[in-house]
Amino acid sequence: MRVEIPRKTPSVKTEQIILFRSSGQIFAISSASVQEVRSVDSLAGTPQEVNEPSIPKVRHLLRRGERNLYVVNTALHFGLKPAHASLIFMLRKSRTALLIDGIEKMTTITRLQALPHAFCHEERLWYRGLTVLDQSVIPVVNPAGFLTSDELFLLDALAGRTALPETHVIPELGLST
Amino acid sequence: MSTMDQIELHSLVLLRLGERRFALAADQVAELVAPSRVFRFAHRTPEIDGVIVRRGRVVPVCDLAEPLTGKKLHYRRFYLIANRQRGVSQDWIALPVSGECELINADLMPAGESDSAHVAAWISHGGEVIEVLNLNALTPGPHNEVGSRDFAPEAHA
Repeated sequence: MRVEIPRKTPSVKTEQIILFRSSGQIFAISSASVQEVRSVDSLAGTPQEVNEPSIPKVRHLLRRGERNLYVVNTALHFGLKPAHASLIFMLRKSRTALLIDGIEKMTTITRLQALPHAFCHEERLWYRGLTVLDQSVIPVVNPAGFLTSDELFLLDALAGRTALPETHVIPELGLST
Repeated sequence: MSTMDQIELHSLVLLRLGERRFALAADQVAELVAPSRVFRFAHRTPEIDGVIVRRGRVVPVCDLAEPLTGKKLHYRRFYLIANRQRGVSQDWIALPVSGECELINADLMPAGESDSAHVAAWISHGGEVIEVLNLNALTPGPHNEVGSRDFAPEAHA
């Protein structure tokens, strides 16, 4: 008698993402790369202004312990019209925070398609790939693609010249809005 | 052997962009599809208009009418899905066309040194001399091989 060996069904890899709005456009980011979501109002008074003409997308920095977090205006980063930003994503294991208009929803994806080779400029750094969701194509952002190491170096040099007073150090909160 | 037997005919797809016709090697054409929704997102490659979804795959849309005819295509009748070979990788690109496409066999005349990089060869068809397009030179990509030819037809004696 033959014993039929049960076939293993390959498990589908899924990834939880956050869909967010920036200047009216929808982008996705892996929820694993977002450590904390805060409202812009909750940071009132704490950010320090940054004025580096070569990096206009960064206008503020936040102190988190010993580190500086640079707030990137996502609309300016993607070359879009700046809109009213209401939330900040503090990224995990990163010195970048993202200023966004709002969160659309959280969902799960099963497939991330590589950005077609025809896209051959900065967008290759901006996006991890594209996903098809609810019959729409959504770019999935690369959390490491918002500031280059050169830009971080420049911002650090600028921040070093204008050190923050202790009152500007913000405490770490959990994942909350 | 007759003279006709000695002529090597190539399969080509004739496509229309406004008033002009161009040809593409048939083995580079995946399919011809009706226009569908174009999705747009922020990017910095001006030649790319957006993307369409075809068989679950995201395909960039590149309007060749402007670089080839000087005018944007206002009426998109079909998308010709072309297959680009770049080194070992292949990718699809959707080319909006304004009329029916036609599969023909024709003898290729090699492109000359003075021809633009986008001309892979020439054909004579229906009383017209038509450019055979070099997609790699016309469409954006990481290694835009401007000056290279998609295929170099041998000169026929």
